[in-house]
Amino acid sequence: MEAHILEGGFANIPIDAAHAFRAVMTAMARPGEIFEISGAQPPAPLSVAAGAVVLTLCDPETPLFLAGGFDTPQIRDWVTFHTGAPFVGAADAMFAIGVWESIPFPDLARGTSEYPDRSATLIVEMDALTNTGAVLEGPGIKDQNYLSLPETALFQENARLYPLGLDFIFTNGGNLAALPRTTRVS
Amino acid sequence: MSDYNFAYLDEQTKRMIRRAILKGLAIPGYQVPFASREMPMPYGWGTGGVQVSAAVLTPDDTFKVIDQGADDTTNAVSIRRFFQKTAGVAVTEATAEASVIQTRHRIPEQDLRSDQILVYQVPIPEPLRFLEPSEVETRKMHGLEEYGLMHVKLYEDISQHGDIATAYAYPVKVEGRYMMDPSPIPKFDNPKLEMAGIQLFGAGREQRIYALPPYTKVVSLDFEDYPFQPTKADHACDLCGSEVSYLDELIVDDQGGRMFMCSDTDYCATRRRQGHVGTQGLPHKEDAA
Repeated sequence: MEAHILEGGFANIPIDAAHAFRAVMTAMARPGEIFEISGAQPPAPLSVAAGAVVLTLCDPETPLFLAGGFDTPQIRDWVTFHTGAPFVGAADAMFAIGVWESIPFPDLARGTSEYPDRSATLIVEMDALTNTGAVLEGPGIKDQNYLSLPETALFQENARLYPLGLDFIFTNGGNLAALPRTTRVS
Repeated sequence: MSDYNFAYLDEQTKRMIRRAILKGLAIPGYQVPFASREMPMPYGWGTGGVQVSAAVLTPDDTFKVIDQGADDTTNAVSIRRFFQKTAGVAVTEATAEASVIQTRHRIPEQDLRSDQILVYQVPIPEPLRFLEPSEVETRKMHGLEEYGLMHVKLYEDISQHGDIATAYAYPVKVEGRYMMDPSPIPKFDNPKLEMAGIQLFGAGREQRIYALPPYTKVVSLDFEDYPFQPTKADHACDLCGSEVSYLDELIVDDQGGRMFMCSDTDYCATRRRQGHVGTQGLPHKEDAA
């Protein structure tokens, strides 16, 4: 393990995690709105925002799947040191991290009709995150919102499964936005 | 304060609660199981709400606690002081100044803004529990969206009392899918469940967390010929004269004397400061309360 793996965590864990969680929670409650999040310095290609989400939500109880180019020794060591989250295949993951093209969507857990909460939350690294493009409607959105989503078909299919489904957190640099299964995308 | 972790709970517990809150927001009205912890207060005193507040608070927050609308009851004062001590947050009694409001059995009269969070203390999160005691069965009923039992209950209310007799904890349907217990708020408050703020519900003893994102569609159950009616005492507040607020009835002597006053103490006090006076109220300057 290299020494820099030990760095880049929250400086003041309870306070930084509280601020980071408030950003994630507000994002999940107001789909499509973009929020700043900070406090983490993870190894590339993990962004500041994705790193902060991992530090805020992951621990030994949350199996984690690293997709494609995110499954590197540096990221594994950093996540292990700072959170202790176990690494698993996509089917067993509570959280999955990667770029859109590398995520094996059919394998991920959608929950069960009696426990729809037992579903995966995706942390998707984006090249850009802006309030343009796809139209979002649903709980948490007063009228309409817009978000630069990679596609619309998968989200429409996801919403049809409701109350089962996947929940998404999109990250880019120090910004994040979220899209729960309830959001109707067009 | 340094004797405690920030906001009392350890970090791993907060992460577990935070994950449950996120799934709750993603599936509005669905009760997410969580590993409720022992808190330094008895079950029934708001342990669920306190755990949710502990997971949500940041040091920048201004915290308000109400118990049936009042800021100055034992339960409200002790929870407010608990987070003042363990999280170092600012506290207030003014609804407009609070960023996080923990509540037992009321929604503030004043509309909440989009930057405010309302945390409910919930005793029994399962709306079907008094009709079906088995958790295995009620979980199945939610899975199958089989809510006929509740409609039969409301129908029996009408056949026995001539009206839907449920006055508090009035069941609602969220986004056309999950039936939800809005906690024992009076049904007068039900229309306010569709609001700009984030609503989080914590049931400590029953180990459940659920949530309503802003502007989530919340419909109170009813029948076409017996539409839902949010009711209150047909009276004005005797202290501030408000005719639109939810009222408490107070017996003031043993001669049958009574008065009505706003259950929301901040709303009532604000109105009196603005010069409104009810039939038994005193003008603001002379009012020691």
